[in-house]
Amino acid sequence: MLANLIGWIDERFPATKLWKEHLSEYYVPKNFNFWYFFGSLALLVLVLQIVTGIFLTMHYKPDTNLAFASVEYIMRDVEWGWLIRYLHSTGASAFFVVIYLHMFRGLMYGSYKQPRELVWIFGMLIYLALMAEAFMGYLLPWGQMSYWGAQVIISLFGAIPFIGEQLSLWLRGDFVIADATLNRFFAFHVIAVPLVLIGLIVAHIIALHEVGSNNPDGIEIKNYKDKRGIPIDGIPFHPYYTVKDIMGMIVFLFIFSSILFYIPEFGGWFLEHDNFIPADPFKTPEHIAPVWYFTPFYAILRAIPSMAGSAFPGVIAMGLSILFLFLIPWLDRSPIKSIRYRGIYFRIALVSFIISFLTLGFLGTQPVTGLYTLLAQICSTIYFAFFILMPFYTKIDNDKPVPKRVTFK
Amino acid sequence: MKILILAIFINLLYLSSGSVIASGDGVYLDKVDIEITDKASLQRGAKIFVNYCLSCHQASYMRYNRMGKDIGLTDRQVIENLMFASNKIGDTMTIAMRGKDAKKWFGMTPPDLSVISRARGTDWLYTYLRTFYLDESKIMGTNNATFKNVGMPHVLWKQQGYLKKEDKTNDLISATKGIITEHEYDIMIKDLTNFLAYLGEPSKIQRLSLAKWVLLYLVLFFLVAFSMKKSFWKDVS
Repeated sequence: MLANLIGWIDERFPATKLWKEHLSEYYVPKNFNFWYFFGSLALLVLVLQIVTGIFLTMHYKPDTNLAFASVEYIMRDVEWGWLIRYLHSTGASAFFVVIYLHMFRGLMYGSYKQPRELVWIFGMLIYLALMAEAFMGYLLPWGQMSYWGAQVIISLFGAIPFIGEQLSLWLRGDFVIADATLNRFFAFHVIAVPLVLIGLIVAHIIALHEVGSNNPDGIEIKNYKDKRGIPIDGIPFHPYYTVKDIMGMIVFLFIFSSILFYIPEFGGWFLEHDNFIPADPFKTPEHIAPVWYFTPFYAILRAIPSMAGSAFPGVIAMGLSILFLFLIPWLDRSPIKSIRYRGIYFRIALVSFIISFLTLGFLGTQPVTGLYTLLAQICSTIYFAFFILMPFYTKIDNDKPVPKRVTFK
Repeated sequence: MKILILAIFINLLYLSSGSVIASGDGVYLDKVDIEITDKASLQRGAKIFVNYCLSCHQASYMRYNRMGKDIGLTDRQVIENLMFASNKIGDTMTIAMRGKDAKKWFGMTPPDLSVISRARGTDWLYTYLRTFYLDESKIMGTNNATFKNVGMPHVLWKQQGYLKKEDKTNDLISATKGIITEHEYDIMIKDLTNFLAYLGEPSKIQRLSLAKWVLLYLVLFFLVAFSMKKSFWKDVS
């Protein structure tokens, strides 16, 4: 009976074919480690954000007079509203934690290298879309940080010569952040950007499954196949990695729930204190800082001195700091993928890059002082040097010999 | 590498503890232990709140009946003891004073107190409500050491008495006696702060009581998932 039904469907839609291609006969290296949990975790968080987002939309009001109160209405009067809202607000930060670790994995094991350049490019586009999604979502609670954060970021567009003023006016739909801005950000946050995100994620996965997954050794498992044409070091994604990823998801949910239920504001890092004050266009908070996941780029922006009274150089630097990530597949000249067999130069470069990125992240949350600005400038230099010098240090690095088969204990 | 990751993680934990996010103006804050499950304290705090705060401030996101239920009072008790500004038990805690008038009288509309504890923090509120002092240069005759030039007068002067600034050290010392002792006043403000903390997030009680069950469920689920993974993976070599 069931077989008949599946047969009937398969004649009309490639259900079994898709299942096999992407799950039960998609061969994955057997030596995945801790870092390989974050792809499926990102998918979990995406689903969580979409589902909780739908329920929030049922009660939220995108109107400057009602928005702040409607969030508190959700927190108090909507049955389980507080849980849905905290799932969504904690989920936003969790999304970036997971994505940053996922990207770091890619950097460590050279997952961006030939033939996975497009996997990396799609991933970077997802990251960009996610930043847009988070930025616009953050305006919706209409607190002081929502308002002033958006004001600062949109005014950055105003620094672009000639068209800047008109462009930021066009983005806001008003001379300041106002009802028009809130409404369009709502539209983008709940419809436009999520659609783009989902499309890009599908492309990311299709591209990945076309070339196959990399692994901590950076060795192509497709080079060693058995008589049936199956990679010797590969195992089908389902059931092996589905059962493993379920385990990872539970550990993730444990940490996630601990934060959500005990410290949902996460000490002001996930929900900022000032955002519990309704937006007031006439009262600038003494210290405006974006949410933690944007702060490295914000620190780079502030580290670059203004020229001729214009913050444009800083804006350019911030744009470049993200653009460079797109170029990594072509900047890296080493034939070796994984950090396990890379030479000392790449190792030092990657560690310095991560330390400078985290330091910039911290500095972006702090008020500007002389020492902090200097530190931000040093870290920005290291950040850019990682990319600009990459073609050189990866070429002359004393890479180690790579084994033929993956290591598996 | 593993040590580096561990170090970063520990750093993040430290940052998340909130200790690095001090109050911006560098005022020293007294610490207060908030106990939102202490219903007696919440009830005392609610009484102080409706008597002294709820004439100028509102808590427009909080409903009377919800509050009664959470702090252990029946609707009847709430109506008889805590409702002066409204007569419907399902109403939110609003006031009759118009924002426009308030602005004329105090220089600004007194802020809604629904989520003030989440914006300011409980230590700040606890300190602020205990540091009004006499200052003749102000229209209200008082100023505040925690919130400079605040428009709010010292509403609880009868209880605390007035403080003044000592000329040399700038310390706050007693100028006039209140009807209760300093220690009693501290407890009174602690109760009020406790209530304000509850007001900021009424669902916190439910959130905290649910937490351990969610985590316990995940632990049990993990045991199942772990043995499932193990049995699937035993033929991978």
